[in-house]
Amino acid sequence: MNVARKMVRWGQRKSPWILHFNTGACNACDIEIIAALTPRFDLERFGVLLKGTPRHCDIMACSGPVTRQIESRLVRIYEQVPEPKLVVAVGSCATSGGVFSGLYNVKGGIDQVIPVAAYIPGCPASPQAIIDGFAKLLKTLEEGK
Amino acid sequence: MPDKKRTVRVPIGPQHPALKEPESFMVDLQGEKISSVALRLGYNHRGIEKGCEERTYMQDLYLVERVCGICSHSHATAFIQAVEEIAGLEIPRRAKYIRTLIAELERVHSHLLWLGVAGHEIGFDTLLMYSWRDRELVMDLFAELTGNRVNYAMNTLGGVRRDIAAEQVPHIQKIVDALEERTKYYIELAMTEETLAQRLSGVGYLSKEDAIRLGAVGPTSRASGADRDTRRDDPYAAYDELDFKVITDDHCDVFGRTVVRLGELMQSYSMIRQILKQMPEGPIAVKAPLKIPAGEAVSRYEAPRGEDVHYVRANGTDRPERVKVRAPTLANTQSVAKMLEDGYLADLPIVVAAIDPCFSCTDRTIAVQGNGDSKTMGWEELVRYGVRWYRDRGVDPSRIKVRGDGLA
Repeated sequence: MNVARKMVRWGQRKSPWILHFNTGACNACDIEIIAALTPRFDLERFGVLLKGTPRHCDIMACSGPVTRQIESRLVRIYEQVPEPKLVVAVGSCATSGGVFSGLYNVKGGIDQVIPVAAYIPGCPASPQAIIDGFAKLLKTLEEGK
Repeated sequence: MPDKKRTVRVPIGPQHPALKEPESFMVDLQGEKISSVALRLGYNHRGIEKGCEERTYMQDLYLVERVCGICSHSHATAFIQAVEEIAGLEIPRRAKYIRTLIAELERVHSHLLWLGVAGHEIGFDTLLMYSWRDRELVMDLFAELTGNRVNYAMNTLGGVRRDIAAEQVPHIQKIVDALEERTKYYIELAMTEETLAQRLSGVGYLSKEDAIRLGAVGPTSRASGADRDTRRDDPYAAYDELDFKVITDDHCDVFGRTVVRLGELMQSYSMIRQILKQMPEGPIAVKAPLKIPAGEAVSRYEAPRGEDVHYVRANGTDRPERVKVRAPTLANTQSVAKMLEDGYLADLPIVVAAIDPCFSCTDRTIAVQGNGDSKTMGWEELVRYGVRWYRDRGVDPSRIKVRGDGLA
Protein backbone atom coordinates (compact mmCIF):
# COMPACT_ATOMS: atom_id res chain seq x y z
CA MET A 1 0.00 0.00 0.00
CA ASN A 2 1.47 3.34 -0.97
CA VAL A 3 1.59 6.29 1.40
CA ALA A 4 -1.30 8.24 -0.16
CA ARG A 5 -3.58 5.24 0.06
CA LYS A 6 -2.57 4.67 3.68
CA MET A 7 -3.40 8.29 4.47
CA VAL A 8 -6.84 7.96 2.88
CA ARG A 9 -7.51 4.77 4.81
CA TRP A 10 -6.44 6.44 8.03
CA GLY A 11 -8.70 9.43 7.39
CA GLN A 12 -11.58 7.19 6.48
CA ARG A 13 -11.20 5.30 9.72
CA LYS A 14 -10.88 8.33 11.94
CA SER A 15 -13.55 10.45 10.32
CA PRO A 16 -15.79 8.63 7.85
CA TRP A 17 -18.14 10.93 5.98
CA ILE A 18 -21.42 9.34 5.18
CA LEU A 19 -24.00 9.86 2.50
CA HIS A 20 -27.48 8.94 3.46
CA PHE A 21 -29.40 7.58 0.50
CA ASN A 22 -33.01 6.53 0.65
CA THR A 23 -33.68 3.82 -1.91
CA GLY A 24 -37.39 3.54 -1.23
CA ALA A 25 -37.62 3.29 2.54
CA CYS A 26 -40.65 4.22 4.57
CA ASN A 27 -38.69 7.01 6.25
CA ALA A 28 -38.34 5.32 9.61
CA CYS A 29 -34.70 4.28 9.15
CA ASP A 30 -33.89 7.68 7.65
CA ILE A 31 -35.22 9.45 10.70
CA GLU A 32 -33.28 7.06 12.93
CA ILE A 33 -30.06 7.81 11.02
CA ILE A 34 -30.63 11.54 11.62
CA ALA A 35 -31.56 10.81 15.24
CA ALA A 36 -28.23 9.00 15.64
CA LEU A 37 -26.51 12.25 14.66
CA THR A 38 -28.42 14.47 17.11
CA PRO A 39 -27.34 15.16 20.73
CA ARG A 40 -28.73 12.07 22.48
CA PHE A 41 -26.69 9.60 20.41
CA ASP A 42 -24.19 11.89 18.72
CA LEU A 43 -22.57 9.70 16.11
CA GLU A 44 -20.31 12.64 15.39
CA ARG A 45 -18.11 11.73 18.34
CA PHE A 46 -16.74 8.93 16.14
CA GLY A 47 -15.92 11.52 13.52
CA VAL A 48 -18.93 10.56 11.42
CA LEU A 49 -20.26 13.49 9.43
CA LEU A 50 -23.35 13.50 7.24
CA LYS A 51 -22.66 14.87 3.78
CA GLY A 52 -25.03 15.99 1.07
CA THR A 53 -23.18 14.88 -2.01
CA PRO A 54 -21.82 11.46 -2.99
CA ARG A 55 -18.54 12.97 -4.20
CA HIS A 56 -17.56 13.92 -0.65
CA CYS A 57 -18.36 10.73 1.15
CA ASP A 58 -16.63 7.49 2.14
CA ILE A 59 -19.58 5.44 3.31
CA MET A 60 -23.03 5.19 1.78
CA ALA A 61 -25.74 4.47 4.30
CA CYS A 62 -28.62 3.09 2.25
CA SER A 63 -32.04 2.53 3.72
CA GLY A 64 -35.01 0.83 2.18
CA PRO A 65 -35.68 -1.83 -0.41
CA VAL A 66 -34.47 -1.03 -3.91
CA THR A 67 -37.42 -0.03 -6.04
CA ARG A 68 -37.26 -0.38 -9.81
CA GLN A 69 -37.18 3.36 -10.39
CA ILE A 70 -34.39 3.99 -7.92
CA GLU A 71 -32.19 1.13 -9.13
CA SER A 72 -30.38 3.02 -11.90
CA ARG A 73 -30.01 6.08 -9.68
CA LEU A 74 -28.53 3.99 -6.89
CA VAL A 75 -25.91 2.63 -9.28
CA ARG A 76 -25.21 6.13 -10.59
CA ILE A 77 -24.77 7.57 -7.10
CA TYR A 78 -22.60 4.59 -6.09
CA GLU A 79 -20.35 5.24 -9.07
CA GLN A 80 -19.97 8.87 -8.03
CA VAL A 81 -18.58 7.96 -4.62
CA PRO A 82 -14.76 8.05 -4.72
CA GLU A 83 -12.77 4.89 -3.96
CA PRO A 84 -12.24 3.32 -1.47
CA LYS A 85 -15.96 3.22 -0.71
CA LEU A 86 -18.18 1.19 1.54
CA VAL A 87 -21.91 0.60 1.60
CA VAL A 88 -23.91 0.05 4.75
CA ALA A 89 -27.45 -1.34 4.47
CA VAL A 90 -29.51 0.18 7.28
CA GLY A 91 -32.67 -1.63 8.29
CA SER A 92 -34.38 -4.87 7.42
CA CYS A 93 -35.62 -3.64 4.05
CA ALA A 94 -32.15 -2.63 2.93
CA THR A 95 -30.84 -5.98 4.12
CA SER A 96 -33.33 -8.25 2.41
CA GLY A 97 -36.35 -6.34 1.18
CA GLY A 98 -38.05 -6.93 4.52
CA VAL A 99 -41.76 -6.41 4.66
CA PHE A 100 -41.76 -5.19 1.08
CA SER A 101 -40.20 -8.28 -0.48
CA GLY A 102 -42.42 -9.68 -3.20
CA LEU A 103 -44.07 -6.38 -4.10
CA TYR A 104 -44.05 -5.91 -7.87
CA ASN A 105 -41.97 -2.76 -7.83
CA VAL A 106 -39.35 -3.88 -5.32
CA LYS A 107 -36.05 -5.53 -6.32
CA GLY A 108 -35.07 -6.62 -2.81
CA GLY A 109 -32.10 -5.70 -0.63
CA ILE A 110 -29.32 -3.27 -1.52
CA ASP A 111 -26.96 -6.18 -2.23
CA GLN A 112 -29.06 -7.11 -5.27
CA VAL A 113 -27.64 -4.04 -6.97
CA ILE A 114 -24.36 -2.94 -5.35
CA PRO A 115 -21.87 -4.65 -3.00
CA VAL A 116 -22.62 -4.13 0.69
CA ALA A 117 -19.98 -4.08 3.46
CA ALA A 118 -22.21 -4.10 6.53
CA TYR A 119 -25.81 -4.91 7.36
CA ILE A 120 -27.68 -3.26 10.23
CA PRO A 121 -30.94 -5.10 10.90
CA GLY A 122 -34.04 -3.74 12.61
CA CYS A 123 -37.35 -2.27 11.57
CA PRO A 124 -36.34 0.45 11.89
CA ALA A 125 -32.71 0.01 12.91
CA SER A 126 -32.46 1.84 16.23
CA PRO A 127 -29.82 4.57 16.65
CA GLN A 128 -27.98 2.25 19.05
CA ALA A 129 -27.84 -0.44 16.37
CA ILE A 130 -26.66 2.09 13.81
CA ILE A 131 -23.86 3.26 16.10
CA ASP A 132 -22.91 -0.36 16.80
CA GLY A 133 -22.89 -1.16 13.10
CA PHE A 134 -20.67 1.78 12.26
CA ALA A 135 -18.32 1.07 15.17
CA LYS A 136 -17.91 -2.54 14.01
CA LEU A 137 -17.34 -1.47 10.42
CA LEU A 138 -14.66 1.02 11.50
CA LYS A 139 -13.03 -1.70 13.55
CA THR A 140 -12.77 -4.06 10.57
CA LEU A 141 -11.17 -1.20 8.65
CA GLU A 142 -8.65 -0.82 11.43
CA GLU A 143 -7.78 -4.48 11.25
CA GLY A 144 -7.23 -3.96 7.54
CA LYS A 145 -9.83 -6.40 6.37
CA MET B 1 -24.38 39.21 -17.72
CA PRO B 2 -27.17 36.67 -18.18
CA ASP B 3 -30.36 37.78 -19.83
CA LYS B 4 -32.87 38.37 -17.05
CA LYS B 5 -35.85 37.69 -19.25
CA ARG B 6 -34.76 34.20 -20.12
CA THR B 7 -36.40 31.44 -18.21
CA VAL B 8 -34.13 28.86 -16.63
CA ARG B 9 -35.64 25.50 -15.92
CA VAL B 10 -34.55 23.75 -12.74
CA PRO B 11 -35.63 20.16 -12.30
CA ILE B 12 -35.85 19.26 -8.63
CA GLY B 13 -36.36 15.66 -7.92
CA PRO B 14 -37.50 13.06 -8.50
CA GLN B 15 -36.25 11.28 -5.42
CA HIS B 16 -38.76 11.61 -2.70
CA PRO B 17 -39.26 8.08 -1.60
CA ALA B 18 -41.57 9.03 1.22
CA LEU B 19 -44.81 7.18 0.92
CA LYS B 20 -46.41 6.81 -2.42
CA GLU B 21 -45.92 10.41 -3.26
CA PRO B 22 -42.34 10.98 -4.32
CA GLU B 23 -42.43 14.25 -6.12
CA SER B 24 -40.54 16.10 -8.75
CA PHE B 25 -40.74 19.84 -9.26
CA MET B 26 -39.90 21.48 -12.55
CA VAL B 27 -39.13 25.02 -11.48
CA ASP B 28 -38.99 27.79 -14.07
CA LEU B 29 -36.82 30.67 -12.93
CA GLN B 30 -36.66 34.25 -14.09
CA GLY B 31 -33.59 35.59 -12.43
CA GLU B 32 -33.99 34.47 -8.85
CA LYS B 33 -37.77 34.46 -8.95
CA ILE B 34 -39.79 31.34 -9.56
CA SER B 35 -42.25 31.94 -12.39
CA SER B 36 -43.97 28.58 -12.50
CA VAL B 37 -43.76 25.16 -10.98
CA ALA B 38 -44.88 21.89 -12.53
CA LEU B 39 -45.32 18.80 -10.42
CA ARG B 40 -44.66 15.21 -11.29
CA LEU B 41 -45.61 12.33 -9.07
CA GLY B 42 -45.20 8.60 -9.21
CA TYR B 43 -41.53 7.82 -8.73
CA ASN B 44 -40.41 5.38 -6.15
CA HIS B 45 -43.59 3.52 -5.97
CA ARG B 46 -43.38 0.26 -4.08
CA GLY B 47 -46.77 -1.22 -4.90
CA ILE B 48 -48.14 -1.42 -1.39
CA GLU B 49 -51.78 -1.23 -2.46
CA LYS B 50 -51.40 -4.20 -4.78
CA GLY B 51 -49.36 -6.02 -2.16
CA CYS B 52 -52.24 -5.60 0.29
CA GLU B 53 -54.49 -7.63 -1.98
CA GLU B 54 -52.13 -10.59 -1.79
CA ARG B 55 -51.83 -10.60 1.98
CA THR B 56 -54.27 -11.25 4.79
CA TYR B 57 -55.76 -8.39 6.80
CA MET B 58 -53.36 -8.96 9.69
CA GLN B 59 -50.34 -8.99 7.36
CA ASP B 60 -51.68 -5.89 5.62
CA LEU B 61 -51.70 -4.05 8.91
CA TYR B 62 -47.93 -4.39 9.15
CA LEU B 63 -47.44 -3.49 5.51
CA VAL B 64 -49.70 -0.43 5.71
CA GLU B 65 -47.91 0.69 8.86
CA ARG B 66 -44.80 0.97 6.72
CA VAL B 67 -46.32 3.28 4.15
CA CYS B 68 -44.64 5.95 6.22
CA GLY B 69 -42.26 5.59 9.10
CA ILE B 70 -43.19 8.89 10.69
CA CYS B 71 -46.96 8.63 10.76
CA SER B 72 -47.06 4.85 10.92
CA HIS B 73 -49.82 4.79 13.52
CA SER B 74 -51.91 7.06 11.30
CA HIS B 75 -51.91 4.71 8.34
CA ALA B 76 -52.38 1.60 10.46
CA THR B 77 -55.31 3.16 12.32
CA ALA B 78 -56.97 4.55 9.21
CA PHE B 79 -56.72 1.11 7.57
CA ILE B 80 -57.91 -0.86 10.56
CA GLN B 81 -60.84 1.50 11.15
CA ALA B 82 -62.07 0.82 7.64
CA VAL B 83 -61.73 -2.95 8.08
CA GLU B 84 -63.51 -2.82 11.44
CA GLU B 85 -66.32 -0.83 9.91
CA ILE B 86 -66.85 -3.47 7.20
CA ALA B 87 -66.70 -6.28 9.74
CA GLY B 88 -69.09 -4.41 12.03
CA LEU B 89 -66.69 -4.63 14.96
CA GLU B 90 -67.20 -2.28 17.87
CA ILE B 91 -63.85 -1.96 19.62
CA PRO B 92 -63.67 -1.48 23.42
CA ARG B 93 -63.54 2.10 24.70
CA ARG B 94 -60.20 1.52 26.39
CA ALA B 95 -58.73 0.46 23.04
CA LYS B 96 -60.07 3.68 21.49
CA TYR B 97 -58.37 5.71 24.20
CA ILE B 98 -55.06 3.90 23.77
CA ARG B 99 -55.22 4.46 19.99
CA THR B 100 -55.85 8.15 20.59
CA LEU B 101 -53.01 8.37 23.10
CA ILE B 102 -50.53 6.88 20.62
CA ALA B 103 -51.94 9.12 17.88
CA GLU B 104 -51.36 12.27 19.92
CA LEU B 105 -47.88 11.16 21.02
CA GLU B 106 -47.16 10.58 17.36
CA ARG B 107 -48.28 14.11 16.56
CA VAL B 108 -45.95 15.42 19.25
CA HIS B 109 -42.98 13.52 17.85
CA SER B 110 -43.82 14.49 14.28
CA HIS B 111 -44.26 18.21 14.99
CA LEU B 112 -41.05 18.37 17.03
CA LEU B 113 -39.30 16.63 14.17
CA TRP B 114 -40.76 19.19 11.76
CA LEU B 115 -39.62 22.07 13.93
CA GLY B 116 -36.07 20.80 13.81
CA VAL B 117 -36.12 20.20 10.06
CA ALA B 118 -37.59 23.66 9.44
CA GLY B 119 -34.82 25.11 11.61
CA HIS B 120 -32.23 23.25 9.56
CA GLU B 121 -33.64 24.54 6.26
CA ILE B 122 -33.27 28.16 7.35
CA GLY B 123 -29.77 27.66 8.76
CA PHE B 124 -30.88 27.47 12.39
CA ASP B 125 -29.24 24.16 13.25
CA THR B 126 -29.28 24.87 16.97
CA LEU B 127 -33.04 24.50 16.86
CA LEU B 128 -32.67 21.17 15.04
CA MET B 129 -30.40 19.82 17.74
CA TYR B 130 -32.58 21.06 20.62
CA SER B 131 -35.93 19.98 19.25
CA TRP B 132 -34.59 16.55 18.26
CA ARG B 133 -33.12 16.17 21.70
CA ASP B 134 -36.54 16.93 23.19
CA ARG B 135 -38.12 14.53 20.72
CA GLU B 136 -36.04 11.68 22.13
CA LEU B 137 -38.22 11.87 25.25
CA VAL B 138 -41.28 10.94 23.18
CA MET B 139 -39.31 8.21 21.43
CA ASP B 140 -38.40 6.75 24.82
CA LEU B 141 -42.05 6.80 25.72
CA PHE B 142 -42.94 4.95 22.53
CA ALA B 143 -40.31 2.33 23.26
CA GLU B 144 -41.74 1.93 26.75
CA LEU B 145 -45.42 1.82 25.76
CA THR B 146 -45.31 -0.06 22.47
CA GLY B 147 -41.96 -1.83 22.35
CA ASN B 148 -40.56 0.04 19.38
CA ARG B 149 -39.43 3.60 18.71
CA VAL B 150 -41.07 3.76 15.29
CA ASN B 151 -43.60 1.45 13.58
CA TYR B 152 -45.26 0.77 16.91
CA ALA B 153 -47.58 -2.04 15.76
CA MET B 154 -50.03 -1.02 18.45
CA ASN B 155 -53.17 -1.79 16.46
CA THR B 156 -54.74 -5.11 15.87
CA LEU B 157 -58.02 -6.09 14.31
CA GLY B 158 -60.58 -5.37 17.02
CA GLY B 159 -58.49 -3.23 19.36
CA VAL B 160 -54.90 -2.71 20.44
CA ARG B 161 -52.12 -5.14 21.29
CA ARG B 162 -50.74 -3.67 24.48
CA ASP B 163 -52.33 -2.18 27.53
CA ILE B 164 -51.13 0.91 29.38
CA ALA B 165 -50.26 -0.08 32.94
CA ALA B 166 -51.24 2.21 35.83
CA GLU B 167 -47.55 2.57 36.80
CA GLN B 168 -46.76 4.03 33.40
CA VAL B 169 -49.18 6.92 33.75
CA PRO B 170 -47.10 9.16 36.08
CA HIS B 171 -44.11 8.69 33.80
CA ILE B 172 -46.09 9.78 30.74
CA GLN B 173 -47.33 12.81 32.67
CA LYS B 174 -43.82 13.74 33.71
CA ILE B 175 -42.57 13.66 30.14
CA VAL B 176 -45.56 15.63 28.88
CA ASP B 177 -44.89 18.30 31.53
CA ALA B 178 -41.24 18.55 30.50
CA LEU B 179 -42.15 18.80 26.82
CA GLU B 180 -44.81 21.42 27.51
CA GLU B 181 -42.20 23.62 29.17
CA ARG B 182 -39.94 23.30 26.14
CA THR B 183 -42.78 23.96 23.70
CA LYS B 184 -43.80 27.11 25.60
CA TYR B 185 -40.26 28.29 25.19
CA TYR B 186 -40.27 27.53 21.46
CA ILE B 187 -43.52 29.47 21.09
CA GLU B 188 -41.94 32.40 22.92
CA LEU B 189 -38.92 32.10 20.64
CA ALA B 190 -41.06 32.05 17.49
CA MET B 191 -43.18 34.99 18.64
CA THR B 192 -40.43 37.29 19.89
CA GLU B 193 -37.40 36.50 17.78
CA GLU B 194 -37.27 39.09 15.05
CA THR B 195 -34.95 37.10 12.80
CA LEU B 196 -37.40 34.21 12.60
CA ALA B 197 -40.27 36.57 11.78
CA GLN B 198 -38.19 38.19 9.04
CA ARG B 199 -37.14 34.86 7.62
CA LEU B 200 -40.52 33.16 7.67
CA SER B 201 -43.14 35.90 7.23
CA GLY B 202 -44.59 36.21 3.76
CA VAL B 203 -42.67 33.18 2.55
CA GLY B 204 -44.74 30.54 0.75
CA TYR B 205 -47.98 32.52 0.76
CA LEU B 206 -51.15 30.48 0.28
CA SER B 207 -54.45 32.35 0.54
CA LYS B 208 -57.50 30.78 2.17
CA GLU B 209 -59.29 30.50 -1.20
CA ASP B 210 -56.29 28.75 -2.75
CA ALA B 211 -55.92 26.43 0.23
CA ILE B 212 -59.53 25.31 -0.18
CA ARG B 213 -59.40 25.21 -3.98
CA LEU B 214 -56.20 23.14 -4.06
CA GLY B 215 -57.40 20.81 -1.34
CA ALA B 216 -54.72 21.55 1.23
CA VAL B 217 -55.01 19.51 4.41
CA GLY B 218 -53.72 19.57 7.96
CA PRO B 219 -51.56 22.37 9.35
CA THR B 220 -50.99 23.68 5.81
CA SER B 221 -54.68 24.48 5.37
CA ARG B 222 -55.22 25.59 8.97
CA ALA B 223 -52.36 28.07 8.70
CA SER B 224 -54.25 29.62 5.79
CA GLY B 225 -57.34 30.10 7.91
CA ALA B 226 -59.25 27.09 6.55
CA ASP B 227 -60.77 25.62 9.66
CA ARG B 228 -60.62 21.90 8.94
CA ASP B 229 -59.75 19.09 11.27
CA THR B 230 -61.01 15.54 10.89
CA ARG B 231 -60.66 15.01 14.63
CA ARG B 232 -63.44 17.53 15.20
CA ASP B 233 -65.40 17.33 11.93
CA ASP B 234 -65.67 13.55 11.76
CA PRO B 235 -64.54 12.21 15.14
CA TYR B 236 -63.01 8.75 15.30
CA ALA B 237 -61.46 6.79 18.17
CA ALA B 238 -61.94 8.80 21.39
CA TYR B 239 -61.83 12.31 19.96
CA ASP B 240 -65.55 12.97 20.49
CA GLU B 241 -64.97 12.66 24.24
CA LEU B 242 -61.98 14.98 24.36
CA ASP B 243 -61.96 18.72 24.69
CA PHE B 244 -59.61 20.46 22.30
CA LYS B 245 -59.33 23.51 20.09
CA VAL B 246 -58.54 23.42 16.40
CA ILE B 247 -55.64 25.80 15.95
CA THR B 248 -55.90 28.10 12.96
CA ASP B 249 -53.92 31.09 11.88
CA ASP B 250 -54.37 33.72 9.22
CA HIS B 251 -50.75 34.47 8.39
CA CYS B 252 -51.07 32.10 5.40
CA ASP B 253 -47.27 31.72 5.24
CA VAL B 254 -44.51 29.56 6.69
CA PHE B 255 -44.62 31.59 9.89
CA GLY B 256 -48.31 30.74 10.25
CA ARG B 257 -47.56 27.05 9.69
CA THR B 258 -44.99 27.21 12.49
CA VAL B 259 -47.47 28.89 14.83
CA VAL B 260 -50.17 26.32 14.02
CA ARG B 261 -47.87 23.37 14.64
CA LEU B 262 -46.59 24.78 17.93
CA GLY B 263 -50.19 25.47 19.00
CA GLU B 264 -51.17 21.94 18.08
CA LEU B 265 -48.37 20.61 20.26
CA MET B 266 -49.90 22.40 23.25
CA GLN B 267 -53.33 20.97 22.36
CA SER B 268 -51.83 17.49 22.11
CA TYR B 269 -50.36 17.76 25.61
CA SER B 270 -53.72 18.78 26.97
CA MET B 271 -55.40 15.88 25.13
CA ILE B 272 -52.84 13.37 26.46
CA ARG B 273 -53.59 14.55 30.01
CA GLN B 274 -57.33 14.17 29.44
CA ILE B 275 -56.84 10.69 27.98
CA LEU B 276 -54.80 9.58 30.99
CA LYS B 277 -57.43 10.97 33.35
CA GLN B 278 -60.51 9.64 31.54
CA MET B 279 -59.21 6.29 30.31
CA PRO B 280 -61.90 3.70 31.11
CA GLU B 281 -61.11 0.27 32.47
CA GLY B 282 -61.91 -2.85 30.52
CA PRO B 283 -60.63 -5.14 27.78
CA ILE B 284 -58.33 -3.78 25.08
CA ALA B 285 -59.51 -5.91 22.18
CA VAL B 286 -62.45 -7.93 20.95
CA LYS B 287 -62.20 -11.16 19.03
CA ALA B 288 -62.13 -10.52 15.31
CA PRO B 289 -62.95 -12.87 12.45
CA LEU B 290 -60.23 -13.82 9.98
CA LYS B 291 -62.60 -13.49 7.04
CA ILE B 292 -64.17 -10.11 6.56
CA PRO B 293 -67.66 -10.03 4.98
CA ALA B 294 -68.09 -8.32 1.62
CA GLY B 295 -68.42 -4.56 1.79
CA GLU B 296 -66.51 -1.35 1.49
CA ALA B 297 -65.56 1.51 3.75
CA VAL B 298 -63.73 4.81 3.71
CA SER B 299 -61.86 5.86 6.80
CA ARG B 300 -60.62 9.37 7.57
CA TYR B 301 -57.86 10.13 10.04
CA GLU B 302 -56.14 13.37 10.99
CA ALA B 303 -52.45 12.47 10.66
CA PRO B 304 -49.81 14.99 11.84
CA ARG B 305 -49.51 16.16 8.23
CA GLY B 306 -53.21 16.32 7.48
CA GLU B 307 -56.12 14.17 6.58
CA ASP B 308 -55.25 10.61 5.66
CA VAL B 309 -57.90 8.65 3.75
CA HIS B 310 -58.03 4.89 3.39
CA TYR B 311 -60.51 2.95 1.29
CA VAL B 312 -60.93 -0.79 1.71
CA ARG B 313 -63.16 -3.18 -0.22
CA ALA B 314 -63.67 -6.65 1.19
CA ASN B 315 -65.04 -9.66 -0.68
CA GLY B 316 -65.72 -12.17 2.07
CA THR B 317 -62.26 -13.77 2.10
CA ASP B 318 -59.33 -13.14 4.45
CA ARG B 319 -57.75 -10.76 1.94
CA PRO B 320 -59.04 -7.36 0.83
CA GLU B 321 -60.10 -6.90 -2.79
CA ARG B 322 -58.87 -3.34 -3.00
CA VAL B 323 -57.02 -0.95 -0.74
CA LYS B 324 -56.51 2.69 -1.61
CA VAL B 325 -54.42 5.13 0.40
CA ARG B 326 -54.54 8.90 -0.01
CA ALA B 327 -51.73 10.22 2.15
CA PRO B 328 -51.75 13.87 3.31
CA THR B 329 -48.59 14.95 1.50
CA LEU B 330 -50.20 14.03 -1.81
CA ALA B 331 -53.04 16.43 -1.03
CA ASN B 332 -50.58 19.19 -0.19
CA THR B 333 -48.27 18.95 -3.19
CA GLN B 334 -50.55 21.09 -5.37
CA SER B 335 -50.48 23.81 -2.74
CA VAL B 336 -46.68 23.71 -2.70
CA ALA B 337 -46.60 24.49 -6.40
CA LYS B 338 -48.83 27.50 -5.73
CA MET B 339 -46.79 28.65 -2.72
CA LEU B 340 -43.55 28.57 -4.68
CA GLU B 341 -44.86 30.78 -7.50
CA ASP B 342 -43.46 34.32 -7.38
CA GLY B 343 -41.18 33.30 -4.55
CA TYR B 344 -37.40 33.16 -4.56
CA LEU B 345 -35.32 30.07 -5.25
CA ALA B 346 -33.70 30.68 -1.85
CA ASP B 347 -37.07 30.06 -0.19
CA LEU B 348 -37.66 26.74 -1.88
CA PRO B 349 -36.23 24.49 0.86
CA ILE B 350 -38.29 26.02 3.66
CA VAL B 351 -41.49 26.23 1.58
CA VAL B 352 -41.26 22.58 0.64
CA ALA B 353 -40.34 21.68 4.22
CA ALA B 354 -43.26 23.71 5.56
CA ILE B 355 -45.89 21.24 4.35
CA ASP B 356 -43.87 18.62 6.21
CA PRO B 357 -43.45 16.15 3.40
CA CYS B 358 -41.96 12.96 4.75
CA PHE B 359 -38.82 14.86 4.66
CA SER B 360 -35.53 13.05 5.00
CA CYS B 361 -36.31 11.62 1.61
CA THR B 362 -36.53 14.88 -0.21
CA ASP B 363 -34.46 15.39 -3.21
CA ARG B 364 -30.76 15.36 -3.33
CA THR B 365 -29.79 15.84 -6.93
CA ILE B 366 -30.72 19.01 -8.66
CA ALA B 367 -29.35 19.95 -12.03
CA VAL B 368 -29.39 23.64 -12.78
CA GLN B 369 -29.43 24.02 -16.53
CA GLY B 370 -28.99 27.25 -18.37
CA ASN B 371 -27.30 28.43 -21.49
CA GLY B 372 -26.42 24.93 -22.58
CA ASP B 373 -24.23 24.09 -19.60
CA SER B 374 -25.56 22.54 -16.45
CA LYS B 375 -24.59 22.40 -12.84
CA THR B 376 -25.53 19.86 -10.28
CA MET B 377 -26.76 21.15 -6.98
CA GLY B 378 -27.62 18.92 -4.06
CA TRP B 379 -30.43 19.63 -1.68
CA GLU B 380 -27.84 20.51 0.99
CA GLU B 381 -26.23 22.91 -1.39
CA LEU B 382 -29.57 24.52 -2.13
CA VAL B 383 -30.15 24.88 1.60
CA ARG B 384 -26.75 26.54 1.97
CA TYR B 385 -27.59 28.78 -0.97
CA GLY B 386 -30.82 29.84 0.75
CA VAL B 387 -29.05 30.46 4.05
CA ARG B 388 -26.34 32.52 2.35
CA TRP B 389 -28.87 34.46 0.30
CA TYR B 390 -30.66 35.60 3.42
CA ARG B 391 -27.48 36.19 5.38
CA ASP B 392 -26.35 38.61 2.68
CA ARG B 393 -29.60 40.45 3.33
CA GLY B 394 -29.01 40.59 7.06
CA VAL B 395 -31.21 37.69 8.18
CA ASP B 396 -29.18 35.07 10.01
CA PRO B 397 -31.11 32.71 12.29
CA SER B 398 -27.93 30.91 13.32
CA ARG B 399 -27.14 33.86 15.58
CA ILE B 400 -30.21 33.23 17.69
CA LYS B 401 -29.24 31.97 21.12
CA VAL B 402 -31.33 29.05 22.29
CA ARG B 403 -31.65 28.38 25.96
CA GLY B 404 -31.06 24.79 26.96
CA ASP B 405 -31.96 23.10 30.19
CA GLY B 406 -31.27 19.85 31.95
CA LEU B 407 -33.54 17.73 29.73
CA ALA B 408 -32.45 14.33 28.44
